[in-house]
Amino acid sequence: MKLIAGIIASILACLLISVAIELPRFGDPHSPANEYVASYYLENAYKDGHVPNVITSVLADYRSFDTMFETCVVFIAGVGIMAILFGTSKKSKHAVQIKSLPSNNSVIIQTATRFIVPMMQLFAFYVVAHGHYSPGGGFQGGVVLAASLILLALAFQLKGGLAFMSKKAMIGYATAGVLLYAGIGVVCMLYKADFLDYSALAYVLPSTDKVMARSHGMLGVEIGVTLTVMSILFGIYTQLASNGHMDEGL
Amino acid sequence: MILAFNSVILLLALVSAITALQIKDNLSAAIIFGTYSFLLCLAWTVMGAVDVAFTEATVGAGVSTIFLVTTIFRTLRRTSD
Amino acid sequence: MANFNYIIVVIILCLGLWAMLSKKNLIKKCIGMAIFQTGIILFFISMGAKKGATIPIIQQGYGAHDVAHQAIQASHYANPLTQILMLTAIVVGVATLGMALSLVQRIFNFHGSIEEDEILNQ
Repeated sequence: MKLIAGIIASILACLLISVAIELPRFGDPHSPANEYVASYYLENAYKDGHVPNVITSVLADYRSFDTMFETCVVFIAGVGIMAILFGTSKKSKHAVQIKSLPSNNSVIIQTATRFIVPMMQLFAFYVVAHGHYSPGGGFQGGVVLAASLILLALAFQLKGGLAFMSKKAMIGYATAGVLLYAGIGVVCMLYKADFLDYSALAYVLPSTDKVMARSHGMLGVEIGVTLTVMSILFGIYTQLASNGHMDEGL
Repeated sequence: MILAFNSVILLLALVSAITALQIKDNLSAAIIFGTYSFLLCLAWTVMGAVDVAFTEATVGAGVSTIFLVTTIFRTLRRTSD
Repeated sequence: MANFNYIIVVIILCLGLWAMLSKKNLIKKCIGMAIFQTGIILFFISMGAKKGATIPIIQQGYGAHDVAHQAIQASHYANPLTQILMLTAIVVGVATLGMALSLVQRIFNFHGSIEEDEILNQ
Protein backbone atom coordinates (compact mmCIF):
# COMPACT_ATOMS: atom_id res chain seq x y z
CA MET A 1 0.00 0.00 0.00
CA LYS A 2 2.82 2.38 0.82
CA LEU A 3 4.44 1.77 -2.57
CA ILE A 4 1.22 2.38 -4.49
CA ALA A 5 0.50 5.51 -2.48
CA GLY A 6 4.07 6.72 -3.05
CA ILE A 7 3.77 6.22 -6.80
CA ILE A 8 0.44 8.05 -6.94
CA ALA A 9 1.80 10.93 -4.87
CA SER A 10 4.96 11.31 -6.95
CA ILE A 11 3.09 11.24 -10.28
CA LEU A 12 0.73 13.88 -8.94
CA ALA A 13 3.69 15.93 -7.69
CA CYS A 14 5.39 15.86 -11.10
CA LEU A 15 2.22 16.91 -12.90
CA LEU A 16 1.50 19.72 -10.46
CA ILE A 17 5.08 21.04 -10.46
CA SER A 18 5.04 21.25 -14.24
CA VAL A 19 1.98 23.51 -13.88
CA ALA A 20 3.28 25.45 -10.88
CA ILE A 21 6.24 26.75 -12.86
CA GLU A 22 3.85 28.30 -15.38
CA LEU A 23 1.79 30.21 -12.83
CA PRO A 24 2.13 34.04 -12.71
CA ARG A 25 5.36 35.07 -11.03
CA PHE A 26 5.27 35.11 -7.22
CA GLY A 27 4.84 38.66 -5.88
CA ASP A 28 3.60 40.21 -9.11
CA PRO A 29 1.28 43.13 -8.25
CA HIS A 30 -0.52 42.90 -11.59
CA SER A 31 -1.25 39.19 -11.74
CA PRO A 32 -4.86 38.28 -12.61
CA ALA A 33 -5.61 37.29 -9.01
CA ASN A 34 -4.79 40.80 -7.81
CA GLU A 35 -6.56 42.79 -10.49
CA TYR A 36 -10.31 42.76 -10.70
CA VAL A 37 -12.38 42.26 -7.58
CA ALA A 38 -9.61 42.69 -5.02
CA SER A 39 -8.66 46.16 -6.25
CA TYR A 40 -12.33 47.19 -6.08
CA TYR A 41 -12.46 46.07 -2.45
CA LEU A 42 -9.27 47.92 -1.57
CA GLU A 43 -10.35 51.17 -3.19
CA ASN A 44 -13.93 51.25 -1.90
CA ALA A 45 -13.96 49.51 1.47
CA TYR A 46 -13.17 52.62 3.53
CA LYS A 47 -15.61 54.75 1.60
CA ASP A 48 -18.48 52.32 2.10
CA GLY A 49 -18.09 51.45 5.75
CA HIS A 50 -15.49 53.67 7.48
CA VAL A 51 -13.60 50.57 8.58
CA PRO A 52 -9.84 50.73 7.85
CA ASN A 53 -9.29 46.96 8.19
CA VAL A 54 -10.22 45.81 4.70
CA ILE A 55 -10.36 42.17 5.76
CA THR A 56 -12.98 42.73 8.46
CA SER A 57 -14.92 44.95 6.09
CA VAL A 58 -15.06 42.37 3.34
CA LEU A 59 -15.69 39.44 5.70
CA ALA A 60 -18.56 41.07 7.55
CA ASP A 61 -20.02 43.30 4.89
CA TYR A 62 -19.33 42.35 1.28
CA ARG A 63 -19.16 38.61 1.91
CA SER A 64 -21.27 38.27 5.02
CA PHE A 65 -23.17 35.27 3.66
CA ASP A 66 -20.01 33.17 3.67
CA THR A 67 -19.27 34.16 7.23
CA MET A 68 -22.78 33.33 8.37
CA PHE A 69 -22.64 29.86 6.89
CA GLU A 70 -19.19 29.32 8.32
CA THR A 71 -20.56 30.10 11.77
CA CYS A 72 -23.27 27.56 11.11
CA VAL A 73 -20.63 25.00 10.10
CA VAL A 74 -18.80 25.48 13.39
CA PHE A 75 -22.08 25.11 15.26
CA ILE A 76 -22.98 21.92 13.40
CA ALA A 77 -19.51 20.47 14.06
CA GLY A 78 -19.96 21.04 17.79
CA VAL A 79 -23.41 19.47 17.77
CA GLY A 80 -22.11 16.54 15.72
CA ILE A 81 -19.27 15.85 18.15
CA MET A 82 -21.69 15.92 21.04
CA ALA A 83 -23.90 13.46 19.15
CA ILE A 84 -20.98 11.12 18.53
CA LEU A 85 -19.41 11.13 21.96
CA PHE A 86 -21.98 12.22 24.52
CA GLY A 87 -23.56 9.40 26.43
CA THR A 88 -21.17 6.61 25.52
CA SER A 89 -21.47 3.87 28.10
CA LYS A 90 -18.93 3.74 30.86
CA LYS A 91 -18.69 -0.02 30.54
CA SER A 92 -16.75 0.17 27.30
CA LYS A 93 -14.01 -2.39 27.71
CA HIS A 94 -11.17 -0.51 26.13
CA ALA A 95 -11.56 3.01 27.46
CA VAL A 96 -8.44 4.36 29.08
CA GLN A 97 -8.73 4.58 32.85
CA ILE A 98 -7.52 7.82 34.32
CA LYS A 99 -4.68 7.04 36.67
CA SER A 100 -3.94 9.79 39.14
CA LEU A 101 -1.75 12.18 37.20
CA PRO A 102 1.17 13.56 39.18
CA SER A 103 0.30 17.16 38.41
CA ASN A 104 -3.33 16.99 39.42
CA ASN A 105 -3.32 19.83 41.92
CA SER A 106 -0.16 21.72 41.26
CA VAL A 107 -0.05 24.99 43.17
CA ILE A 108 2.25 26.66 40.66
CA ILE A 109 0.00 25.99 37.69
CA GLN A 110 -3.12 27.06 39.53
CA THR A 111 -1.63 30.32 40.77
CA ALA A 112 -0.20 31.21 37.38
CA THR A 113 -3.56 30.42 35.76
CA ARG A 114 -5.33 32.75 38.13
CA PHE A 115 -3.11 35.56 36.85
CA ILE A 116 -3.12 34.69 33.18
CA VAL A 117 -6.78 33.90 32.46
CA PRO A 118 -8.22 37.39 33.18
CA MET A 119 -5.51 38.95 31.02
CA MET A 120 -6.26 36.53 28.19
CA GLN A 121 -9.96 37.30 28.31
CA LEU A 122 -9.34 41.04 28.41
CA PHE A 123 -7.06 40.72 25.41
CA ALA A 124 -9.69 38.66 23.60
CA PHE A 125 -12.32 41.36 24.12
CA TYR A 126 -9.85 43.95 22.88
CA VAL A 127 -9.19 41.89 19.75
CA VAL A 128 -12.91 41.65 19.02
CA ALA A 129 -13.66 45.32 19.67
CA HIS A 130 -10.61 46.66 17.86
CA GLY A 131 -11.06 44.40 14.85
CA HIS A 132 -12.03 47.37 12.73
CA TYR A 133 -8.68 49.08 13.10
CA SER A 134 -6.08 46.36 13.66
CA PRO A 135 -5.66 42.70 12.77
CA GLY A 136 -8.32 40.81 14.64
CA GLY A 137 -12.03 40.38 14.54
CA GLY A 138 -14.58 37.83 15.62
CA PHE A 139 -12.81 34.53 14.98
CA GLN A 140 -9.53 35.44 16.57
CA GLY A 141 -11.18 36.80 19.72
CA GLY A 142 -13.43 33.76 20.01
CA VAL A 143 -10.53 31.36 19.75
CA VAL A 144 -8.50 33.25 22.38
CA LEU A 145 -11.52 33.13 24.72
CA ALA A 146 -11.86 29.39 24.12
CA ALA A 147 -8.15 28.96 24.84
CA SER A 148 -8.54 30.77 28.16
CA LEU A 149 -11.37 28.44 29.14
CA ILE A 150 -9.33 25.39 28.10
CA LEU A 151 -6.48 26.68 30.29
CA LEU A 152 -8.92 26.87 33.21
CA ALA A 153 -10.07 23.32 32.54
CA LEU A 154 -6.49 22.09 32.39
CA ALA A 155 -5.39 23.71 35.64
CA PHE A 156 -8.47 23.12 37.80
CA GLN A 157 -9.57 19.75 36.37
CA LEU A 158 -12.52 19.48 34.03
CA LYS A 159 -15.02 20.17 36.84
CA GLY A 160 -13.42 23.55 37.44
CA GLY A 161 -13.76 24.46 33.79
CA LEU A 162 -17.33 23.21 33.66
CA ALA A 163 -18.19 25.27 36.73
CA PHE A 164 -17.31 28.30 34.66
CA MET A 165 -19.33 27.27 31.64
CA SER A 166 -21.74 24.36 31.98
CA LYS A 167 -23.10 22.35 29.07
CA LYS A 168 -26.33 24.34 29.06
CA ALA A 169 -24.41 27.60 28.94
CA MET A 170 -22.27 26.27 26.08
CA ILE A 171 -25.26 25.40 23.93
CA GLY A 172 -26.96 28.63 24.94
CA TYR A 173 -24.05 30.81 23.85
CA ALA A 174 -23.60 28.92 20.60
CA THR A 175 -27.23 29.31 19.58
CA ALA A 176 -27.22 32.94 20.73
CA GLY A 177 -24.28 33.64 18.43
CA VAL A 178 -25.90 32.18 15.33
CA LEU A 179 -29.23 33.81 16.17
CA LEU A 180 -27.56 37.20 16.62
CA TYR A 181 -25.94 36.97 13.22
CA ALA A 182 -29.07 35.85 11.39
CA GLY A 183 -31.22 38.15 13.50
CA ILE A 184 -29.32 41.22 12.37
CA GLY A 185 -29.96 40.12 8.81
CA VAL A 186 -33.68 39.69 9.43
CA VAL A 187 -33.89 43.10 11.12
CA CYS A 188 -32.39 44.61 7.99
CA MET A 189 -35.03 42.85 5.93
CA LEU A 190 -37.82 44.31 8.09
CA TYR A 191 -36.81 47.81 6.96
CA LYS A 192 -37.19 46.95 3.28
CA ALA A 193 -33.50 46.38 2.57
CA ASP A 194 -31.78 43.18 1.48
CA PHE A 195 -30.86 40.45 3.94
CA LEU A 196 -27.70 41.55 5.80
CA ASP A 197 -27.66 45.01 4.23
CA TYR A 198 -26.58 46.96 7.30
CA SER A 199 -27.53 50.39 6.00
CA ALA A 200 -31.10 49.62 7.09
CA LEU A 201 -29.86 49.69 10.68
CA ALA A 202 -29.69 53.48 10.36
CA TYR A 203 -33.41 53.46 11.15
CA VAL A 204 -32.93 51.37 14.28
CA LEU A 205 -29.85 52.88 15.92
CA PRO A 206 -30.17 56.47 17.10
CA SER A 207 -28.29 59.21 15.25
CA THR A 208 -26.27 57.20 12.79
CA ASP A 209 -26.08 57.71 9.07
CA LYS A 210 -25.95 54.89 6.58
CA VAL A 211 -22.17 54.58 6.55
CA MET A 212 -21.74 54.37 10.34
CA ALA A 213 -24.67 51.93 10.50
CA ARG A 214 -22.59 49.56 8.38
CA SER A 215 -19.74 49.85 10.84
CA HIS A 216 -21.99 49.07 13.81
CA GLY A 217 -23.64 46.21 11.96
CA MET A 218 -20.22 44.68 11.33
CA LEU A 219 -19.42 44.87 15.04
CA GLY A 220 -22.70 43.16 15.89
CA VAL A 221 -22.11 40.20 13.61
CA GLU A 222 -18.53 39.86 14.82
CA ILE A 223 -19.84 39.53 18.39
CA GLY A 224 -22.18 36.78 17.23
CA VAL A 225 -19.31 34.90 15.63
CA THR A 226 -17.22 35.27 18.80
CA LEU A 227 -19.92 33.76 21.01
CA THR A 228 -20.40 30.75 18.78
CA VAL A 229 -16.72 30.01 18.19
CA MET A 230 -15.84 30.33 21.89
CA SER A 231 -18.52 28.00 23.18
CA ILE A 232 -18.18 25.38 20.45
CA LEU A 233 -14.40 25.08 20.69
CA PHE A 234 -14.60 24.69 24.46
CA GLY A 235 -17.41 22.19 23.99
CA ILE A 236 -15.31 20.11 21.60
CA TYR A 237 -12.48 20.09 24.14
CA THR A 238 -14.71 18.86 26.98
CA GLN A 239 -16.20 16.11 24.84
CA LEU A 240 -12.79 14.90 23.64
CA ALA A 241 -11.14 15.06 27.05
CA SER A 242 -13.80 13.25 28.98
CA ASN A 243 -14.89 10.72 26.36
CA GLY A 244 -18.39 12.14 26.46
CA HIS A 245 -19.07 11.78 30.15
CA MET A 246 -18.00 15.31 31.17
CA ASP A 247 -16.82 14.30 34.61
CA GLU A 248 -13.05 14.02 34.53
CA GLY A 249 -10.44 14.48 31.85
CA LEU A 250 -6.92 15.68 31.09
CA MET B 1 8.07 42.42 3.97
CA ILE B 2 11.38 40.73 3.36
CA LEU B 3 10.42 37.93 1.04
CA ALA B 4 13.81 36.23 1.06
CA PHE B 5 13.09 34.97 4.57
CA ASN B 6 10.29 32.97 3.11
CA SER B 7 12.42 30.26 1.53
CA VAL B 8 14.20 29.44 4.79
CA ILE B 9 10.97 29.33 6.80
CA LEU B 10 9.19 27.16 4.24
CA LEU B 11 12.08 24.69 4.08
CA LEU B 12 11.98 24.36 7.87
CA ALA B 13 8.20 23.85 7.68
CA LEU B 14 8.66 21.08 5.13
CA VAL B 15 11.24 19.34 7.33
CA SER B 16 8.94 19.50 10.36
CA ALA B 17 5.99 18.16 8.33
CA ILE B 18 8.04 15.15 7.22
CA THR B 19 9.23 14.58 10.80
CA ALA B 20 5.70 14.77 12.22
CA LEU B 21 4.59 12.04 9.87
CA GLN B 22 7.53 9.69 10.27
CA ILE B 23 8.06 9.73 14.02
CA LYS B 24 6.89 6.65 15.88
CA ASP B 25 5.52 8.39 18.97
CA ASN B 26 2.07 9.95 18.61
CA LEU B 27 2.56 12.61 21.26
CA SER B 28 5.77 13.85 19.68
CA ALA B 29 4.03 13.92 16.32
CA ALA B 30 1.33 16.20 17.77
CA ILE B 31 3.89 18.59 19.23
CA ILE B 32 5.90 18.74 16.00
CA PHE B 33 2.64 19.42 14.17
CA GLY B 34 2.32 22.46 16.44
CA THR B 35 5.80 23.53 15.35
CA TYR B 36 4.85 23.15 11.67
CA SER B 37 1.76 25.25 12.23
CA PHE B 38 3.74 27.99 13.91
CA LEU B 39 6.36 28.09 11.14
CA LEU B 40 3.61 28.50 8.56
CA CYS B 41 2.18 31.35 10.66
CA LEU B 42 5.57 33.08 10.43
CA ALA B 43 5.67 32.57 6.65
CA TRP B 44 2.26 34.18 6.26
CA THR B 45 3.28 37.18 8.37
CA VAL B 46 6.22 37.72 6.03
CA MET B 47 3.86 37.58 3.03
CA GLY B 48 1.60 40.27 4.49
CA ALA B 49 -1.35 38.16 5.68
CA VAL B 50 -1.50 39.21 9.33
CA ASP B 51 -5.11 38.22 10.03
CA VAL B 52 -4.52 34.73 8.68
CA ALA B 53 -1.31 34.44 10.71
CA PHE B 54 -3.12 35.51 13.89
CA THR B 55 -5.84 32.93 13.30
CA GLU B 56 -3.38 30.18 12.48
CA ALA B 57 -1.29 30.95 15.57
CA THR B 58 -4.30 30.60 17.86
CA VAL B 59 -6.13 27.83 16.00
CA GLY B 60 -3.31 25.73 14.63
CA ALA B 61 -0.58 26.03 17.18
CA GLY B 62 -3.05 26.33 20.06
CA VAL B 63 -6.39 24.63 19.79
CA SER B 64 -5.60 22.04 17.13
CA THR B 65 -2.55 20.76 19.00
CA ILE B 66 -4.60 20.57 22.21
CA PHE B 67 -7.26 18.49 20.47
CA LEU B 68 -4.63 16.07 19.18
CA VAL B 69 -2.95 15.74 22.58
CA THR B 70 -6.32 15.15 24.25
CA THR B 71 -7.23 12.37 21.83
CA ILE B 72 -3.81 10.76 22.24
CA PHE B 73 -4.35 10.89 26.00
CA ARG B 74 -7.52 8.87 25.56
CA THR B 75 -6.05 6.40 23.05
CA LEU B 76 -2.63 4.88 22.53
CA ARG B 77 0.66 6.68 22.50
CA ARG B 78 3.10 4.25 20.90
CA THR B 79 2.69 3.27 17.31
CA SER B 80 4.65 1.08 14.98
CA ASP B 81 4.06 3.21 11.93
CA MET C 1 13.75 30.26 -8.61
CA ALA C 2 10.80 32.55 -9.04
CA ASN C 3 7.96 30.23 -8.06
CA PHE C 4 9.66 28.49 -5.13
CA ASN C 5 6.57 28.91 -2.95
CA TYR C 6 4.37 27.01 -5.36
CA ILE C 7 6.80 24.10 -5.58
CA ILE C 8 6.85 23.84 -1.78
CA VAL C 9 3.04 23.91 -1.85
CA VAL C 10 2.92 20.99 -4.27
CA ILE C 11 5.36 18.99 -2.12
CA ILE C 12 3.31 19.62 1.03
CA LEU C 13 0.08 18.65 -0.75
CA CYS C 14 1.52 15.38 -2.00
CA LEU C 15 3.02 14.70 1.44
CA GLY C 16 -0.38 15.09 3.07
CA LEU C 17 -2.04 12.92 0.43
CA TRP C 18 0.58 10.18 0.82
CA ALA C 19 0.14 10.25 4.60
CA MET C 20 -3.63 9.89 4.36
CA LEU C 21 -3.34 6.98 1.93
CA SER C 22 -0.51 4.96 3.35
CA LYS C 23 -0.28 5.43 7.11
CA LYS C 24 -1.92 2.76 9.23
CA ASN C 25 -2.31 4.76 12.42
CA LEU C 26 -5.50 6.79 12.52
CA ILE C 27 -3.89 9.71 14.34
CA LYS C 28 -1.25 9.98 11.61
CA LYS C 29 -4.03 10.08 9.04
CA CYS C 30 -5.60 13.01 10.88
CA ILE C 31 -2.26 14.83 10.98
CA GLY C 32 -1.91 14.18 7.25
CA MET C 33 -5.33 15.73 6.65
CA ALA C 34 -4.34 18.83 8.62
CA ILE C 35 -1.08 19.17 6.69
CA PHE C 36 -3.02 18.91 3.42
CA GLN C 37 -5.36 21.70 4.51
CA THR C 38 -2.58 24.06 5.54
CA GLY C 39 -0.84 23.43 2.23
CA ILE C 40 -3.86 24.72 0.35
CA ILE C 41 -3.95 27.80 2.57
CA LEU C 42 -0.28 28.45 1.82
CA PHE C 43 -1.06 28.30 -1.91
CA PHE C 44 -3.77 30.95 -1.74
CA ILE C 45 -1.76 33.30 0.45
CA SER C 46 1.21 32.98 -1.93
CA MET C 47 -1.05 34.01 -4.78
CA GLY C 48 -2.00 37.16 -2.91
CA ALA C 49 1.46 38.34 -1.87
CA LYS C 50 2.91 41.40 -3.62
CA LYS C 51 6.49 42.64 -3.67
CA GLY C 52 6.88 45.83 -1.66
CA ALA C 53 3.26 45.87 -0.44
CA THR C 54 2.07 46.41 3.09
CA ILE C 55 -0.70 44.75 5.10
CA PRO C 56 -4.26 45.45 3.88
CA ILE C 57 -5.21 47.99 6.56
CA ILE C 58 -5.82 51.42 5.07
CA GLN C 59 -3.60 53.92 6.84
CA GLN C 60 -6.00 56.56 8.20
CA GLY C 61 -8.02 56.90 5.06
CA TYR C 62 -10.14 59.95 4.52
CA GLY C 63 -12.63 58.76 1.98
CA ALA C 64 -10.71 57.94 -1.12
CA HIS C 65 -7.29 59.11 0.09
CA ASP C 66 -4.83 57.47 2.41
CA VAL C 67 -2.46 59.23 4.81
CA ALA C 68 -0.24 60.59 2.06
CA HIS C 69 -3.27 62.21 0.43
CA GLN C 70 -2.97 60.09 -2.67
CA ALA C 71 -5.73 57.98 -4.05
CA ILE C 72 -5.66 54.46 -2.61
CA GLN C 73 -3.59 52.37 -5.00
CA ALA C 74 -4.36 48.70 -4.90
CA SER C 75 -0.77 47.69 -5.62
CA HIS C 76 0.42 49.19 -2.33
CA TYR C 77 -1.59 46.71 -0.26
CA ALA C 78 -1.53 42.94 -0.14
CA ASN C 79 -4.47 41.18 -1.73
CA PRO C 80 -7.26 40.88 0.85
CA LEU C 81 -9.54 38.59 -1.10
CA THR C 82 -7.40 35.47 -0.80
CA GLN C 83 -6.81 36.09 2.91
CA ILE C 84 -10.52 36.25 3.63
CA LEU C 85 -11.24 32.96 1.92
CA MET C 86 -8.44 31.35 3.89
CA LEU C 87 -9.75 32.63 7.23
CA THR C 88 -12.90 30.64 6.62
CA ALA C 89 -10.83 27.65 5.52
CA ILE C 90 -8.80 27.60 8.74
CA VAL C 91 -11.86 27.63 10.98
CA VAL C 92 -13.62 24.95 8.95
CA GLY C 93 -10.39 22.93 9.10
CA VAL C 94 -10.32 22.89 12.87
CA ALA C 95 -13.97 21.88 12.99
CA THR C 96 -13.23 18.97 10.64
CA LEU C 97 -10.20 17.95 12.70
CA GLY C 98 -12.30 17.89 15.88
CA MET C 99 -14.88 15.72 14.15
CA ALA C 100 -12.22 13.27 12.89
CA LEU C 101 -10.64 12.98 16.32
CA SER C 102 -13.96 12.25 17.99
CA LEU C 103 -14.52 9.44 15.50
CA VAL C 104 -11.03 8.07 16.30
CA GLN C 105 -11.88 8.05 19.99
CA ARG C 106 -15.15 6.23 19.37
CA ILE C 107 -13.36 3.62 17.24
CA PHE C 108 -10.82 3.10 20.01
CA ASN C 109 -13.58 2.63 22.58
CA PHE C 110 -15.12 -0.10 20.49
CA HIS C 111 -12.13 -1.95 19.05
CA GLY C 112 -9.28 -1.26 21.44
CA SER C 113 -6.74 -0.25 18.83
CA ILE C 114 -6.18 2.55 16.36
CA GLU C 115 -4.07 0.68 13.79
CA GLU C 116 -5.97 0.09 10.60
CA ASP C 117 -4.86 -3.50 9.96
CA GLU C 118 -5.67 -4.63 13.50
CA ILE C 119 -9.17 -3.18 13.21
CA LEU C 120 -9.74 -4.81 9.83
CA ASN C 121 -8.64 -8.19 11.14
CA GLN C 122 -11.17 -8.22 13.98
